[in-house]
Amino acid sequence: MKNKQISVFIENKEGKLKNAIEALSKENINIRALSIADTAKFGILRLIVSDNKKAKEVLEENNFIVKESEVIIVEVPDEPNGLNTILTYLDDEDINLEYLYAFVSSKSDEAIVVMRLENIEEGIKVLKSKNANILTEEDIKNI
Amino acid sequence: MIWDEKIECMDLEEKKELQLKRLQKIVKKAYENVPFYKDKFDEVGIKAEDIETLEDIAKLPFTTKTNLRDAYPFGMFAVPEDEIIEIHTSSGTTGKPTVSGYTEKDLEIWSEVCARAITMSLGTKGDRIQNCYGYGLFTGGLGIHYGSHKVGANIVPISAGNTKRQIEIMEDFQTTILTCTPSYALYLAEVLEKKGLKPEEISLKSGIFGAEMWTEEMRDELEKRLGITALNIYGLTEVMGPGVANECPEKAGLHISDDHFYPEIIDLKTKEPVPDGEKGELVITTLTRDGMPIIRFRTKDITSITHEKCKCGRTLTRMSRITGRSDDMLKIRGVIVFPSQIERALLKINGLTPNYQIVVTRPGHLDELEVKVETSKELFSDEMRKMEAIEQNIANAIHNEIGLRVNVTLVEPETLPRSEGKAVRVIDKRKFD
Repeated sequence: MKNKQISVFIENKEGKLKNAIEALSKENINIRALSIADTAKFGILRLIVSDNKKAKEVLEENNFIVKESEVIIVEVPDEPNGLNTILTYLDDEDINLEYLYAFVSSKSDEAIVVMRLENIEEGIKVLKSKNANILTEEDIKNI
Repeated sequence: MIWDEKIECMDLEEKKELQLKRLQKIVKKAYENVPFYKDKFDEVGIKAEDIETLEDIAKLPFTTKTNLRDAYPFGMFAVPEDEIIEIHTSSGTTGKPTVSGYTEKDLEIWSEVCARAITMSLGTKGDRIQNCYGYGLFTGGLGIHYGSHKVGANIVPISAGNTKRQIEIMEDFQTTILTCTPSYALYLAEVLEKKGLKPEEISLKSGIFGAEMWTEEMRDELEKRLGITALNIYGLTEVMGPGVANECPEKAGLHISDDHFYPEIIDLKTKEPVPDGEKGELVITTLTRDGMPIIRFRTKDITSITHEKCKCGRTLTRMSRITGRSDDMLKIRGVIVFPSQIERALLKINGLTPNYQIVVTRPGHLDELEVKVETSKELFSDEMRKMEAIEQNIANAIHNEIGLRVNVTLVEPETLPRSEGKAVRVIDKRKFD
């Protein structure tokens, strides 16, 4: 039920983000989803990719600092209040959300949301009990 | 082990006598053979005969780096040029290089003091010394080389750079002693760790680190990560090269070979000698230098000395670790800051490699200090608030150390200039015209 996300430290300097993306593309690694959090001085690039192990290797070879962390990826009805419903489930149970980002898939009508929770186990339990559609690693490969 | 017990553990009174005799001789030699000294001594009206006690040394004028530069290339030689059998120069990073000429006798002395330094650093016959100090005009490489021959160790003259090769040699030759700058040693430790090599899998037992300033915290780091005893060596091209002073495993200061190099500490403002234990600028007089006597050279290095006997038994004058240079001392908003203080602060933070660069600017009328620090895997988090907390932590640690607020910028690993020679720690962009 958990998915792996890769985060990369990106210095706020010309060409740095491109270097990271280019390293991945050279190895034919597909980026499923990404988000960038940034300050004036640096950014954190977060990625869901087709091959975590390889992506990590490639980026480290290129001297990037890479960290793997666990996220949950949920399908959300692509309609008003869709995301709010999911967030309400978590909020009701006092589960803290660190951050989220969303993307859409060409193979489904739903929006897909990547969530990093303070307590991932609890989060999964709650979402499951509400019958939310949590995607497995296998599902992500097929998006 | 002590290389030359007779000299290194000599009775203090006896040594003072020896030093005085040598001082009188060298002052005379300088006066009679080097026009620069003759002019300078005449100017203040001092003659060799006026040196009746060691304290009288304070009557002699100083020699500065500028003086040596003005004498470029061979103006400081005290012997006919064909007596000089080797020449080195300083790096010339701060201007025209200064030249150091050596006669056969000088090379013998240099080998001798480096042999003492290597012995202090646990080196003896049978040791394999991987010498990553640069060979060439820089004195680092050859000084250690001569000293190693003297003690009968096995020297691997790999010189600086080519890290991959260094690691390969270290593994294959099972070198036992590493000699390089501390920042390069740290870099080698990083590379070894990346390769998955643990300290117990390499054969290093000690390191002779110098040619740049470092801290006790850095020593802890190097000892832990390389599984060695990390010792500090000091020297400067102007008076000889490496081996002027070195630590013994007591790590209680560097033993100055004061039968050859007479140390004084002077007050930064008054330029008067200060008592033992008090900090000031180190001034060195070569007592035996044949080809190029140097009288009261202003090293710009800030330290203190003590004449107390060391636990190891040596009576050589000890100097504390260099804590700054009177010329890389930064004045930020009126506060004196040494790069070593920043390093000390950074080493207090877990997971941080002390690879840093200080950038000083003055955007308006106020100085701004930016400290760039390489981030590491241990520090990195995918959560912004944690990253911001890390920057804050670093800024606080520096604030505690220097009392100034600084901007901390995390940069990618291995992007700050690495020192195979010397680290560029400070970039001062302020304009003072």
